[in-house]
Amino acid sequence: MSFDWKWDFTWEILPRLLAATVNTLIAAGAGYAIAVVLGLVLALAQRTPWKPLTLIVREFVEFIRSTPLVLQIFFVFYVGPQFGIRLSPWTSGMIAIGLHYSAYLSEVYRAGIDAVPRGQWEACRAINLSTRDTYFRVIIPQALPPSIAGMGNYLVGIFKDTPMLSVIGVAELMHAANAIGAENYRFLEPYTLVGLIFLAISLPTAGLVRLFEGWVRRKMGM
Amino acid sequence: MDMSAYPLELPADDRPMVRFMNVVKSYGRLVVLDQLNLDIAEGEMVTVIGPSGSGKTTVLRMLMTLETINGGVIYIDGKPLTHMERNGVLVPADERHIRKMRASIGMCFQHFNLFPHMTALQNCMEGPVQVLGLSKAEARARSEELLTLVGMIDKKDQHPSRLSGGQQQRVAIARALAMRPKVMLFDEVTSALDPEVIGEVTNVIRKLVAEHNLTMLMVTHQMGFARDISDRICFFYRGKIEEQGPPAALFGNPQKERTKQFLSAVKEAD
Ligand SMILES: Nc1ncnc2c1ncn2[C@@H]1O[C@H](COP(=O)(O)OP(=O)(O)O)[C@@H](O)[C@H]1O
Ligand SMILES: [Mg+2]
Repeated sequence: MSFDWKWDFTWEILPRLLAATVNTLIAAGAGYAIAVVLGLVLALAQRTPWKPLTLIVREFVEFIRSTPLVLQIFFVFYVGPQFGIRLSPWTSGMIAIGLHYSAYLSEVYRAGIDAVPRGQWEACRAINLSTRDTYFRVIIPQALPPSIAGMGNYLVGIFKDTPMLSVIGVAELMHAANAIGAENYRFLEPYTLVGLIFLAISLPTAGLVRLFEGWVRRKMGM
Repeated sequence: MDMSAYPLELPADDRPMVRFMNVVKSYGRLVVLDQLNLDIAEGEMVTVIGPSGSGKTTVLRMLMTLETINGGVIYIDGKPLTHMERNGVLVPADERHIRKMRASIGMCFQHFNLFPHMTALQNCMEGPVQVLGLSKAEARARSEELLTLVGMIDKKDQHPSRLSGGQQQRVAIARALAMRPKVMLFDEVTSALDPEVIGEVTNVIRKLVAEHNLTMLMVTHQMGFARDISDRICFFYRGKIEEQGPPAALFGNPQKERTKQFLSAVKEAD
């Protein structure tokens, strides 16, 4: 076995990988956007006074968290059509990954909401705020700063999980690296580059999230 | 429970601002308030004293509708608070009825409970804008007037984390007053404060008593303060009013043994 790194090959494939990186970022970003919103819906649904809904949502979250993401991706893409839901790989992928991470984010939000002191709820009732205003103007703004660290972890998580979308043919980074490898019978350079690109994006993200958290806290006077 | 004994509305000639009628509150098997009967007249300042765990906070929380009751009826200004009329009888109130009735009541808490992400002014404006539907300008004018009243106008743009306990409590009083309640509740509003700032909060309450015709129900451990400003003192013991009367009588000449014991115990602690 010999270690022969080919620089000319590296430069040749880099533009193609960087182009695929854009797709990866779009996939992660879109999936995350779905997860951020849907996660909040799931968290709030678990707090409604209507018990059946609470129960169903809790079971759903538990189900999502106990089964592999790749299975969920296959399920949406291959089983969906049997129910008349025919989606493109991109759409299926975004839905599956967004749904998956919404379950995790709902737990982050839930912990954040639970951490808001009881006195805040009581102050809202004392000035007669509606339930809606209580959540959106008082409770959620306070639940946000302590949730940011957890949200940041899952942002990196969703980014690192985008390669799984290659299994249904989403043209993201992993998909491109596989294609390059197969075409050229060389895997060392494409896979190494993929690893470096992931590292280069993941590493600073954690630091940026921490800065963002500090900024939000200051902005809110907390 | 037979609700026919409870009028749908109190008659005009017997209409206190607050009436607790046979009110029962229990947590599981623990009966915290047992058949409480208490009237508070319009403009009256009533102070509740009593040992820890005697149910003082619970009385206020029921009135603020933070707790449901297990028996009896509470009336505000003659109308049932905890119940509403359906087919000629009183049934437990739904959320809509409670929200409507709750508008008459304001409360200040031991730990202030200001909204930490809002400035003092925003705290005061929140209810008037979101609940009463005032314009921003109207709400601001009203809030600034009240922040002036409590001596906090120069700190109106500060967040609670930048204010001392006494200052936070004064903002909390302004926030409650901004809703123009008919009845104000104060639950040990000075208990969490350093001794040197207690006066700035009690002075605000004194001012309210002197200048405003608010009905007030207060829980405090400051006997001197209670004596000065109350029209009536209620001594609670194990979920019942053991003794009540004008401050001079209750402090100067208590009738019940338990009242005497409690008052001498507090005096020693002072
Ligand atoms: N949420 C609750 N669950 C169970 N017991 C409670 C609860 N709140 C209050 N209690 C009990 O009710 C009694 C009266 O409490 P409280 O009204 O707070 O007393 P006080 O304000 O006079 O000290 C106490 O024995 C207390 O332990
Ligand atoms: Mg208490």
